[in-house]
Amino acid sequence: MIAKAALILEKDLRTELRAKDILTAMAYFSLLVLIIFNFAIDLREVSVDAVAPGILWVSFAFAGVLGLNRTFVREQERNAIEGLMLCPVDRSAIYLGKFIGNVLFMLIVEALTVPLFILLFNLSAVGFGLVPALMLGTIGFASIGTLFAALAVNTRTREVMLPVLLFPVLVPIVIAAVKATGFAIGTISPDLAIPWLNLMIVFDLVFVVVSYLIFGYVLEE
Amino acid sequence: MAQLVVPRERARRFAPWSVVGWLTILLMGLTMFGAFIYAPTDRFQGIAQRIFYIHVPSAWLAYLAVFVVFIASILYLVRRSGFWDRVALSSAELGVVFTTLALVTGSLWGRQVWGAWWVWDARLTTTLVLWLIYVGYLMLRSTMGDSPRTARFAAIVGIIGFIDVPIIHQSVNWWRTQHPTPIVVTPGENPALPPSMLLVLIVAVIAFSALYFWLLNARYRLETQRERIAELRRELQGAADV
Repeated sequence: MIAKAALILEKDLRTELRAKDILTAMAYFSLLVLIIFNFAIDLREVSVDAVAPGILWVSFAFAGVLGLNRTFVREQERNAIEGLMLCPVDRSAIYLGKFIGNVLFMLIVEALTVPLFILLFNLSAVGFGLVPALMLGTIGFASIGTLFAALAVNTRTREVMLPVLLFPVLVPIVIAAVKATGFAIGTISPDLAIPWLNLMIVFDLVFVVVSYLIFGYVLEE
Repeated sequence: MAQLVVPRERARRFAPWSVVGWLTILLMGLTMFGAFIYAPTDRFQGIAQRIFYIHVPSAWLAYLAVFVVFIASILYLVRRSGFWDRVALSSAELGVVFTTLALVTGSLWGRQVWGAWWVWDARLTTTLVLWLIYVGYLMLRSTMGDSPRTARFAAIVGIIGFIDVPIIHQSVNWWRTQHPTPIVVTPGENPALPPSMLLVLIVAVIAFSALYFWLLNARYRLETQRERIAELRRELQGAADV
């Protein structure tokens, strides 16, 4: 099972590393959101530390949706999805491979964005608390994100449908990830950050398992 | 052909549900009497408190409706019968209607008592997010049209959406809270709500529940007939092509 999921992951990573089109677009877009926020909020009047975690996560959420939307497009375009479904692998293995791929892509984009973010917003102290916040938030984002991307690619409105379905469901992740990032920046004390990290762990576990179990119903015909 | 089908359906199906319909009307009348005449005026909140008898049952129905969507979605994926899909669709629409009603009545009350149309309190935010999820559910259905795939995809969203509700509630609860704590079911010796108010509330909840089931049945029958018409139209199209 794991080996089969790894094969799907490897296929996606290889095509992406050859073309690099999605990763570049995601990274560029997340930088763009940061810069637009800089114009939207006058940072001479607002405390940067207070708004920074929110800005960071809005940028990841938008870039993430961009990437998620492409998850199944390549398969859809030349009907390669049928080839994938004919493979002697469980549907859940397809989910797992795609899910891990999305987590990796988002983490790469985040790793590129964060230094620029610290630089552009002149943040003084960013602790290692950022690592669990980014990891847990991204896993939660990609768990339902990968499932819903598979639904959205089959609708008439494709790219529009994914954020419409996804963002309301991700409200707990957005709140918790912003709070946990606030802890990394130093606006929230550690004992207040622990419940948020726990909440993300619960969310991640619940929705990785549920999506994994339910994914078979998406790819049927 | 249509003329032959419709009266027979009506004769067979209408009778038991008309009882629920009349019961709903009776209970609704009783609720209005209770809310406006029988129940005493609240000393602190004044007349605005009376909206409570519509607000609370609406919120209750909103959550009941999405629970029904959840159960019907699971049963659809297991059994694959159009029946459960139509139940899920009907209940999701009612869920959106009653969530809207709960949000609007809550907002009106909030303006009078809190002095603000909207506050980002835990219960309000959860209900708003719930509304967004099920509006998304209906949008998914409407962009996809009639097909078994639509039913399957909608069922997936119906299941994920419902599982998410307690997590959303927990997260916004930690985030902030301002809503008055429910004083109806306080685990003390005697509830803080006066008995006459509690009685009206109970009648209102029963009345709204009857309304829900009556509307669910009506919406279900409408959907069945709509699908039947689409089917007949396809048949006629087929016959015309031959």
